[in-house]
Amino acid sequence: MAGQAETDVVIVGAGPCGLFAVFELGLLDLSCHLIDILDRPGGQCAELYPEKPIFDIPGLPETSAQELIDRLTKQIAPFEPMFHFSEMVTSLDRTGTGFRIATDAGTVIDCKAVVIAAGGGSFQPKRPPIPGVEAYDGKSVFYSVRRMEDFRDHHIVIVGGGDSALDWTLNLQPLARSVTLVHRRPEFRAAPDSVNKMRALEAEGKIRFRQGQVTELKGADGALQSVVVKGPDGDDELACTRMLPFFGLTMKLGPVAEWGIDLHENRILVDTEKFETSEPGIFAIGDINWYPGKLKLILCGFHEAALMSHAAKHIVHPGERVVFQHTSSSTKLHKKLGVA
Amino acid sequence: MARITFIGADGARYEVEAENGSTVMENAVRNGVPGIEAECGGACACATCHVYIAEDWRPAAGEPEPMEEDMLDFAYDVRPGSRLSCQIRVTDELDGLVVTVPERQA
Repeated sequence: MAGQAETDVVIVGAGPCGLFAVFELGLLDLSCHLIDILDRPGGQCAELYPEKPIFDIPGLPETSAQELIDRLTKQIAPFEPMFHFSEMVTSLDRTGTGFRIATDAGTVIDCKAVVIAAGGGSFQPKRPPIPGVEAYDGKSVFYSVRRMEDFRDHHIVIVGGGDSALDWTLNLQPLARSVTLVHRRPEFRAAPDSVNKMRALEAEGKIRFRQGQVTELKGADGALQSVVVKGPDGDDELACTRMLPFFGLTMKLGPVAEWGIDLHENRILVDTEKFETSEPGIFAIGDINWYPGKLKLILCGFHEAALMSHAAKHIVHPGERVVFQHTSSSTKLHKKLGVA
Repeated sequence: MARITFIGADGARYEVEAENGSTVMENAVRNGVPGIEAECGGACACATCHVYIAEDWRPAAGEPEPMEEDMLDFAYDVRPGSRLSCQIRVTDELDGLVVTVPERQA
């Protein structure tokens, strides 16, 4: 969602810690925008293991990762956070009064403080393990389809067995010169309906399916000409001018590494009083931070969010006296939570 | 109890005593075997604890379940004998198990 906005705090990452930070900041009257590369809240909990049970959230003897995210989303609703999903932060600059954050979707947000709650980093497509694939990235090898027209009249090789691989096999077939689907085994993770449609197209001779793994790319200057597929019955060379590998997502620290913040083994170094980074006004909470004794637990991230929020409050509203209050008894907090 | 030998991509050998019921991945991590990342912590959700089971040990270690096969699609350099070590539970039958760690995980 492109546009210009202003808020007190921008939170990078909408996993459990980013979400809970909205709550703690909200109790202190700080408004938040959250940016996440995924298309929904939850981070790893939603992307990697939504069905898995979690047993160490205080007060919840057993919950699923998705249920925890649903509960957090409900818990922070009174504070009306603004979500920017499917966007990646591309720049973070200091302004006279705070920070300006921009995303790859053209969103620009001015804020007073920044909270990095990016977990293991941003989810990015995994590169297939083929030697020299980097040289073709963005020229002949793509990890998503932005414009179908860019694939018209090409010899397309799609690699993978999930929904993305099958969906694009079906969608690109009508406009491609040829489509070959390559998967290492005859079973697919994709929806059975898509697999049936693919099999039907294969029977009609409109697409090809090859069981195996792409082992070699042939071409020059980023222009792919063919690929070698190693299958159970030997090698097969296929004409290929566009390849779409769908090998799932991996987590990378990404642009965060370029913001001039001190790191410790690929994680962001913070103090344990404010969870502030080496850059004043930029905080880091949850799995992405490091300090002596750090444990990568969701509950630790919650604690970090609470302490961080009090420090952020002093930055956003300098000089304002902060009275510490409990949600159980404070009528002021009850009003904010909509339960007064 | 079972004795497990991990062979690193560089050929280094790591021998560990593994308790029954624990996973092969847990034993690798606990003993600092390099190359087993186990990013998701054993949830069969990331394919970064990928190992190759030595040929003689494949029948005892068993075949991957469909969910594990799905995750193996994302692993680096999948070969016959590829397994996710978080999905292999240690039993007495696995005493002597030998697994090799791939060159990299992702």
